[in-house]
Amino acid sequence: MTSTNLAYFSNGAIYACLIIFTIAFFAHAVEVSWSVKNAESNDKTEFDFTKTQRAGRIGTAMMILGFGVLAVAVVTRGLSAHRVPWGNMYEFSITGALMLTGAYLFAFAKYKVRWLGLPVSISVLLTLGTAITVLYRPSAPLVPALKSPWLAIHVLAAIISGGVFLVANLVAATYLVMERYESKGGRPKWAERIPSLDSLDQLSYRLVAFVFPLWTFAVIAGAIWAESAWGKYWSWDPKETWAFITWVAYAAYLHARVTVGWRGKRAAWLCIFAGSTFLFNYIYVNIWGTGLHTYSGL
Amino acid sequence: MSQENNSAPDIGFIGLLRWGWRQLTSMRTALILLMLLGVAAIPGSLFPQRNQNPQKVDSYFTTDPTLAKWMDRFHLFNVYASPWFSAIYLLLFISLIGCVLPRTFHHLRAIGKKPPLTPRNLDRMEGYRVVSSDPASAIQLSSKWLKRHRFRIRIEGNSISAEKGYARETGNLLFHLSLILILDGVALGSLFGMKGEAILNVGDRFINTPTSYDNISYGKFQGQGSLIPFSLTVTNFVATYDPTTGEPSDYVLTTDIANPLGTKAKQVIIKVNKPWTSGSTKVYLQANGYSPVVTVRDKSGNITFQGPVIFLPQDANLSSLGAIKIPDMSPQIGFIASFIPTAGSSAARGIFSTYPEVLDPRLVLSAWKGNLGLDSGTPQSVYSLNTSKMTKIGLKALTLGSTYDFGAGTITFDGWKSWVNLQIVDDPGKMYALFGAIFAILGLLISLFTRQRRIWVKVGEGVEIAGLAKNGIPGLEAELTALARALEEATGGKE
Ligand code: HEM
Repeated sequence: MTSTNLAYFSNGAIYACLIIFTIAFFAHAVEVSWSVKNAESNDKTEFDFTKTQRAGRIGTAMMILGFGVLAVAVVTRGLSAHRVPWGNMYEFSITGALMLTGAYLFAFAKYKVRWLGLPVSISVLLTLGTAITVLYRPSAPLVPALKSPWLAIHVLAAIISGGVFLVANLVAATYLVMERYESKGGRPKWAERIPSLDSLDQLSYRLVAFVFPLWTFAVIAGAIWAESAWGKYWSWDPKETWAFITWVAYAAYLHARVTVGWRGKRAAWLCIFAGSTFLFNYIYVNIWGTGLHTYSGL
Repeated sequence: MSQENNSAPDIGFIGLLRWGWRQLTSMRTALILLMLLGVAAIPGSLFPQRNQNPQKVDSYFTTDPTLAKWMDRFHLFNVYASPWFSAIYLLLFISLIGCVLPRTFHHLRAIGKKPPLTPRNLDRMEGYRVVSSDPASAIQLSSKWLKRHRFRIRIEGNSISAEKGYARETGNLLFHLSLILILDGVALGSLFGMKGEAILNVGDRFINTPTSYDNISYGKFQGQGSLIPFSLTVTNFVATYDPTTGEPSDYVLTTDIANPLGTKAKQVIIKVNKPWTSGSTKVYLQANGYSPVVTVRDKSGNITFQGPVIFLPQDANLSSLGAIKIPDMSPQIGFIASFIPTAGSSAARGIFSTYPEVLDPRLVLSAWKGNLGLDSGTPQSVYSLNTSKMTKIGLKALTLGSTYDFGAGTITFDGWKSWVNLQIVDDPGKMYALFGAIFAILGLLISLFTRQRRIWVKVGEGVEIAGLAKNGIPGLEAELTALARALEEATGGKE
């Protein structure tokens, strides 16, 4: 295939992903909300697992299929431009969505957190939707500033960290919602199958503890690259500043848990706050910010 | 004054100091300082910074001078060099050292030591259980099992105390010591470093002395004499663009560098991600643009100005803006000019550039006469014309080689040259920062992925085992179960 054909193929795969993740979203929604048979009576709850198990399995199948098709879309996008597929914000977004799905599938395989598919699929849909409508750029070679092996290393580490931070945020948000229900007398029926507060709390901590070194590495790799491209390894460019802030926020989160012993609501809020600084960096600084780091192509 | 009166506040004062030092070097304070540093970094990303975007700072001063003055008073346009930012940074630095060094010595001493004694009541510990095992052999069996799983053990009478995961604290300390190394590197770089910029046309020669720079800044302890003596001649510059999008795809700068000055020059290629390096000094290619070459003659045909004039790019297609000033004519003459590398035109926009490479250039001039204001004392930008004491005398778009007669003389558009902006940096601290960063990651990995836990075995009426995992890290249950099974199987096998 020629470069142009590959790029079209990649776009087609993205549209296919939009459909697949929409199905995944509805399947997960059905699974989570329809698991209860007699929703009227409060004391005698019966679950009809046969019906919802199938929806759940469809959801998971769609997440796996979506991951595969998205991987193809990302790879062909890269091939069409003869480089790694994260040279502008459109490409960051689709690769980020891929990492988010991957992080989910990993968490699902390890901790059986199928219900997370609901927030994950909607996040992926939003990301891909914005990417193809607002952020889209034709496939093109890199501008000279990005021509460096550090592009592959630094940006990949950052995108993977971002994906996992987002999953941790979704888990923490779920914790807060569930906590609210429980403190007001109990979870609604649709939420019965979401894991206990304790395991939600642990899961978000573990995700953060797992990627924090990678995020540290991403920041340092960025500094090394900056040194070779701009002559200063740290120049307080807005992107660098916010990467630092994110790092401090997650360090605070880890310390709050490990040394001060924060758990539950406070920890969840801190986790969400730290994740928001990452999102702020990604959205605000890329689009409205100035500085050396503006490769969004917008 | 009585002596008591004098000495009491003295002790109080030392006590106060000691109290202050303990507060400052507590982990809580260090963390608060770290978070403060994070918060303090925010304004610098929201307001333009003088060293990054001076034009935008100026525009704050023109739109709302009072507000801007107040913002300036709080160093909001220079956050990262401000006293309050430095204060947080320095306090954090001291706090870290005071916090981590004692811990390091403590840890080094603890390395050879045995685990603490077995607590009296094991049933209060995690994963407590009684194992059906032969009490006679239990101590020997479990010590073998624990050793095989690389626990350090301490046998005291009929009990074993075992511990594993010392590397956690080692990694933790490595991480925090590395942070100190990074901060050292940063400080070293800013105190002994140097950074400057120079704009050169193709063909120009640069000699590394302070006067050759367009701007240069030194660290507090870096003298001018420490610039390494090299010369650099720009022999060629090529920019390639993607024909469909017009985006740049490659910049190649060819130079002849003699280092030190006077030795035989060597050809060196500099690219955006490939600086030239000598010791801790590096030369980077930062930006590029066009300098139109013009000749200006007075009425009688004498040349009053000839050569390239550096213009600043305004958009992605490198429409460039600049000023040509001729102080040696009377009245003085000035041109506000734009250089269009590849001309296109439309009714709405007039002449504009359609491609960044020079394919069909135009030089659009508006000519002014009067007083250039060069000797008014206030420094002027070389890229713009102060027209407050001038009158406009004409407007003209020139093609390559053509001449415009503006009455008081003529100007000829002879050609163009590329210019490059070189950034020259000397940072002697960066290797420390780099090694600090590498060790920090290593330490972080070790401390986050080492599980520190204790296991106790006590033989009384039965065999009791229990454990304690630091910070409630999972996996202890499974380990205790494995130990219990090993004990039970061994006894079972003998019967
Ligand atoms: C610069 C950002 C910092 C980061 C990212 C960071 C990260 C960490 C992490 C991940 C841990 C957990 C290790 C464990 O489980 O024991 C930790 C522990 C620790 N940190 Fe930091 N830290 C930072 C700053 C500091 C500072 C400034 C101090 C003290 C001056 C400090 C003192 C400690 C101590 C004493 C522990 C051990 C706590 C314990 O063993 O319970 N940290 N740090």
